[in-house]
Amino acid sequence: MDIQSIPIKRLSTEESTTFDRRTIDYIQKAAAHGLYEIRGLGAKRALPHFDDLLFLAGSLSRYPLEGYREKCVTKTVLGTRYAKKPIELAIPITIAGMSFGALSANVKESLGRAATELGTTTTTGDGGMTPEERNSSKTLVYQCLPSRYGFNPNDLRRADAIEVVIGQGAKPGGGGMLLGQKVNPRVAKMRTLPQGVDQRSACRHPDWTGPDDLAIKIQELREITDWEKPIYVKVGATRVFNDVKLAVHAGADVVVVDGMQGGTAATQTCYIEHIGIPTLAAVRQAVDALEDLNMKGQVQLIVSGGIRSGADVAKALALGADAVAIGQGILVALGCNAETYVQDGVHHSALEGYEALGTAPGFCHHCHTGKCPVGVTTQDPVLEQRLQPDVGSKRVRNYLKTLNMELTTIARACGKQNVHHLEREDLVALTLEAAAMARVPLAGTDWIPGFQGR
Amino acid sequence: MERLIAPLEFDLAQVPLHEMNRFLHRELAEGDTRTVTVLNPDGAHNIAVGLDHPVKVEVHGHAGYYAAGMNQKASVTIHGSAGTGVAENMMSGTVHVKGFASNGAGASAHGGLLVIDGDAGLRCGISLKGADIVVGGSVGSFSGFMAQAGRMVICGDAGDALGDSLYEAVIYLKGEAKSLGADAQFEPMTDADLHTLGELLSRAGLDHDPSAFRRIASARQLYHWNADANQEY
Repeated sequence: MDIQSIPIKRLSTEESTTFDRRTIDYIQKAAAHGLYEIRGLGAKRALPHFDDLLFLAGSLSRYPLEGYREKCVTKTVLGTRYAKKPIELAIPITIAGMSFGALSANVKESLGRAATELGTTTTTGDGGMTPEERNSSKTLVYQCLPSRYGFNPNDLRRADAIEVVIGQGAKPGGGGMLLGQKVNPRVAKMRTLPQGVDQRSACRHPDWTGPDDLAIKIQELREITDWEKPIYVKVGATRVFNDVKLAVHAGADVVVVDGMQGGTAATQTCYIEHIGIPTLAAVRQAVDALEDLNMKGQVQLIVSGGIRSGADVAKALALGADAVAIGQGILVALGCNAETYVQDGVHHSALEGYEALGTAPGFCHHCHTGKCPVGVTTQDPVLEQRLQPDVGSKRVRNYLKTLNMELTTIARACGKQNVHHLEREDLVALTLEAAAMARVPLAGTDWIPGFQGR
Repeated sequence: MERLIAPLEFDLAQVPLHEMNRFLHRELAEGDTRTVTVLNPDGAHNIAVGLDHPVKVEVHGHAGYYAAGMNQKASVTIHGSAGTGVAENMMSGTVHVKGFASNGAGASAHGGLLVIDGDAGLRCGISLKGADIVVGGSVGSFSGFMAQAGRMVICGDAGDALGDSLYEAVIYLKGEAKSLGADAQFEPMTDADLHTLGELLSRAGLDHDPSAFRRIASARQLYHWNADANQEY
């Protein structure tokens, strides 16, 4: 028998770590367009996050509470420092500021209805307050942004709290963007802009610079609203320790810290992926700042940026946050990146829409195009109908309810009758990075890297 | 009727500011057009902010930050100078500064008329959204930055980068600008411009020849990200 030798041709498949396929794609796109990539949602790179923390539940040294029978309080009060009318939330989970413009009016209405049913707040964004969201939200937070689009004293007085936005986690130091496709007649009118312009918002406020000015600005907002409403100051996470201290100094009732996993409707990718610090690191620094000033409990802390689950909420609270805010998780609950959209109870495929954008469910970040195949981040009169307020509000309500159930499950396991009793001591870290950032010990050790000279 | 015609006077050396503001917000009846006199402002911040009635307010002295901020319907006159952000985000009404104004005068104002007899500092009319601003003197750098709508009249000179990143607001300048900002350009004055300008000058009580002014508006080159790009983003 003849044994024939088979010729072997080896295919070289060693991918460069420096110039991997993603990098090659990035360079070639840049070469083709001469323009940086702009996209939606948040950082996609792997970052130390709440997943790197675990809870130590009750056992012999601590005892747990019964999962269903024993009480676990979730009530949360914000704005106790100066406001005559603080905000009382039934759950410590709020809906983050997202603009009408980025989102459709149907989405804004869905968020308001869900938040109202669950006893929490929703927040306006860089485009003013719509009647849809004011009428559907029992408690609405009104943002005061650098652009001041649609900003007016009537809405200020109609708001339940005011949030002065200095920056957001996806782009600390950057102004808003809304590409022309989304600047339709209604959006243009609300923002006093020509229709269809690629809208760039300012990155600094027009009438104040620096923390001393901010103190006077906050006082102005208080004077106009006769000291009734809580005033939040929102910062994108960078030099969090100093920024939180300065916000407190400027007179904030509540400080909102948004980590780099926080989302955006449209921002340069280089901004999203390379500017700011992870939420995990930011919470720790924010809490340190409040403790350093002896203001913990007097000034409340809201944390946002990549909060997805009840476990994430519990970990943020254990690290010292009073509440969290969720943006992208809410969009996903509404149907962002789903294969279908629902019309009067019937599912329809959205796959063609994703394909037209050159993407697929699970990967889509094309909020900036306004061509959202599931009708969430769009101003297109046809596409926006794909998200019906009844469906949207039910989904968001279910999502928030689930998070709250998970949160109380964890709190009870840790033996807490109140979710705000969760503490740093309940946490350990899985990685050195998370241990150092969150300043909790590496699991199974008493080692906190970099703490007290160790 | 007695109450309606009685003069209203607040001496800020005696009355806390928030009490006066609260009174102006809450205690004025609809249709009350009395003159409110404010004495000893002493540079206090946030004087007469958030007004929503057609009252006349006369401030005798200098005001600090955000005087008449977010004004609606009221006519506020400052017989002195004003600090940063005078009439910021005004919606309607009139604010008249008899002296000088600091930075960000009329910032993001949506409506109404702001008159400054003297000079204004940096960023006058920044993010303007539909109000009219008339400055009797000169303005500092970056005035009219990103101004979206409304009109700005400068009877003196302007600093650097006048009208940078303008949208649809129009600037009328009598003197010289140290430089124009990105996308701002001089344009010929039309009859409509002369008419508008004449009207604004007369409402401000200033005597200038409209034909001595030049018009500055947006070249609209920044309206789209990159005109050469294939718009794929």
